[in-house]
Formats: sequence, C-alpha cells, structure tokens
Amino acid sequence: MPEKKQDTYQEFIKGLWRDNPVFVQVLGMCPMLAVTNSAVNALVMGGATFFVLVASSFFVSSLKNWIPKQVRISTYIIIIATFVTVTDFTLQALMPVVHKELGAFIPLIVANCMILGRQEAFASRNSVRLAVVDALGMASGFLFALFSLGAVREILGEGALFGFKLFSDDFEPWVIMILPPGGFITLGLLLLLFNWLKERKDRLVAQLDEMEIEPRFRS
Amino acid sequence: MKPQTQQTVNATEPGSMRLVATLGFAGLLSGLIIVSVFEATLPTITAYKARILQEAVFKVLPGSTRLQRLAYRKDKLAVVEEVGKEEEFVFGGYNSEGALVGYAIPGSGPGFQDIISLLYGYLPRQRKVVGMEILESRETPGLGDKIYKDAAFVANFDALSIDPEIVAVKRGSKSAPNEVDAITGATISSKAVVRIINQANQQWLQRLQIQQGE
Repeated sequence: MPEKKQDTYQEFIKGLWRDNPVFVQVLGMCPMLAVTNSAVNALVMGGATFFVLVASSFFVSSLKNWIPKQVRISTYIIIIATFVTVTDFTLQALMPVVHKELGAFIPLIVANCMILGRQEAFASRNSVRLAVVDALGMASGFLFALFSLGAVREILGEGALFGFKLFSDDFEPWVIMILPPGGFITLGLLLLLFNWLKERKDRLVAQLDEMEIEPRFRS
Repeated sequence: MKPQTQQTVNATEPGSMRLVATLGFAGLLSGLIIVSVFEATLPTITAYKARILQEAVFKVLPGSTRLQRLAYRKDKLAVVEEVGKEEEFVFGGYNSEGALVGYAIPGSGPGFQDIISLLYGYLPRQRKVVGMEILESRETPGLGDKIYKDAAFVANFDALSIDPEIVAVKRGSKSAPNEVDAITGATISSKAVVRIINQANQQWLQRLQIQQGE
C-alpha cells in the first residue's frame, strides 16, 4: 500500500483525477451543463472558476486565524463574491463577446458549491501552500471536465472545434448536442466512463492485494 | 488559574463586536476592491458598447459614415446627445457629404425564448428596409440563432418593401418584395423578427414622414 502522506503532489493530483469535482464528486453541475455548448465557452467559464477558486482559497487560508467560526461562511461568501465580481467586470472589458454568451453564469460562480466546499473542507484547515495547491488541482480538474464536455458537444453539435470546421459539408450537425439534452447525455456518458475506469482499477488493486497476501500466508 | 480559563473561553467564543467587526471589515474591503475594478473597466466597456452600436448602424444603413441620435420630443424629431431612459429614439445615418441616408430603427419584442432586440435600416423615400442586425437574443442554439447566423435569412432584409406590411412565408416561396423566407425549424423566431419590424414601423413611419415633409 502506498504511504498516506499529505504531500503536495497528492493534493494537486487528487483534484485533477481521483476526486475530480465534476466526474467523481458531481459538484458544480449548473455551469457544467449550461455553458458547455462550445469549447471556447467551456474554457472561459473554467478559467473564471479557476481564478476565483485559487484566489479565494489563498485568502481564506491566509486569514483563517482571524475569521471567527461563527461568521466564517458569510466571510467566505464575501471573499468569493468579490473575486467573482472582479472577474465579471474584467471579462466584460477584455472578452465582451464571450461574456455575452456566458451571460448570467459568471455571477452564478458565487453559488458554485465546489468553491465554497473547498473553502470549508480544505482551505480553512490547511496551510496556505497546501490550500493553493489543492485549489489549483480542483480548478484544473473542473476546467478539464468543462473542456471535455464542451469539446465533445461542439464537435458533434456543430462539426467544429474552437469554431474551425472539422468535417466536410456532408456532415449533418447533431443539433441536440448543443441543446440542453445534449449536455445531460454527454455528462451521463462521461460519468459512465469514469465509473467504469474506477471500477476496473479497484478490481485490479484487489487482485494485486490477493496476490501479495497469499505468499505471505504460505511462508 | 482563573484568568487563564476566562482567556480560553474568550478565545473560543469571540464577542459579538468582534463578529460584526470582522464582517464589516470584510465588506468594506470587498466594496473597495469591487468599486476600483468597476471604475477601471468602465471606460473600456462603455467604449465597446458604443462601437458595437455604431458598427451595427453603419451595417444596416449602407453608405452612412456618421450617425446622430434622434429622439421623438414634442411631436417632432430632435437631435440629442443623450437619450433618457424612457425616451423613444432612432439613429439618423448620414453620408460623407452630410446628407441623410436613412434611419436605423431599434426594435424589440418577444422571440421564442426571450426578448429579441434588433436594429434595422430604413430608407423613407423608397419605403424600404435595407438591412437588419440582431443586437441581443437568446434563441435556441442551432435553430433559432439562425436569425443572425444564417446569411441567407439576413439577406432577406437587404431590400425589403414594407408595403402593405412584411410577411414571413415558408422557405423558398418568397415571391413578392414584401415577403421574407422563414427559417426551416425556426418559424417562431423568424416570425418574431418580422413582427418586431412591423411593430416598430407602425410606431415610427408616421413620425419620420412628418420629418420628411418639413
């Protein structure tokens, strides 16, 4: 069995894969389903969430000794909401076209349960370094999940990726993929894939354990 | 011994002043950050919105290079710099010699999912619509959004007679100059665009006619 040490690398990698906020924890579904109808929208949404999560985790972790526990949730929300508003204005100024597409979903990052969850469950109990690493991992995992969904939906629904046509004109886009049902179908299939991979790995680990235990018994 | 126990109690149970102060300080700091970012980004955002609007006016009124806001005040059109919130207005498009090309009329109304707002160019002498641009819409991606993504549909509005009124017909059956080929699979959105223009025409043509007569 590998050592259960809280090392930095483990904290980063868990968000990316083992505890992926979308595919494993199934958190933050609202932006996940709503804005992933193209790869660009998914990337910008993922980027905005990334910034908010990392900045909030950093501040919550650095200020954890000054925040009384009775008002911690309100304080976390103030910190998160500040960064979300900053992101909202910045996107509106720098990328107005994408901002228009994402519409109400940028302000809604405040209510993304993954972000508040990380503050409560991790950043407020760990050192600044670990909190930032954890946030980086979780945010990358979220970005990766949004992008996978957005890319699949855009390729099938528009026959394009990042707006570049991938197929000849004979390809008939599956319009349903960029509509809400396409989001549910794609997410369901991706969850299926992740659970299947996990089950296969668990079975493999169990088999290896058995193989290791048996010789010990013989000796 | 006694003061020490009191201290630990104080440390675990902070007074209500401390709680209020923490939240107040967090709110103050947050407000300061938000207001400074708002102030810093506002010029860029306003400039972008103005540019988009200007580009839309020049697009729906081919040949125009300068625009003026015309508000309808006291039964006549007046050139205004700033338009009040409730005020109705159109854009006058002028060519490089300063002559009036036509009017760009904003209109909005319910579409399939949400309010569609658009701008269209109108030439009062020919009584024709010469261009249409969707400014804001949340129509179904892949179907309803063709009202601005489908070049063939938008081209319907490049030379469209408004008499007696604009009519949306089944795709491919356009035969009269006042008919628009609707989009297959997005009939409601197509009809909404036509209806919005007809409504704006009803509201404005009379007023613009008076202006012409003077």
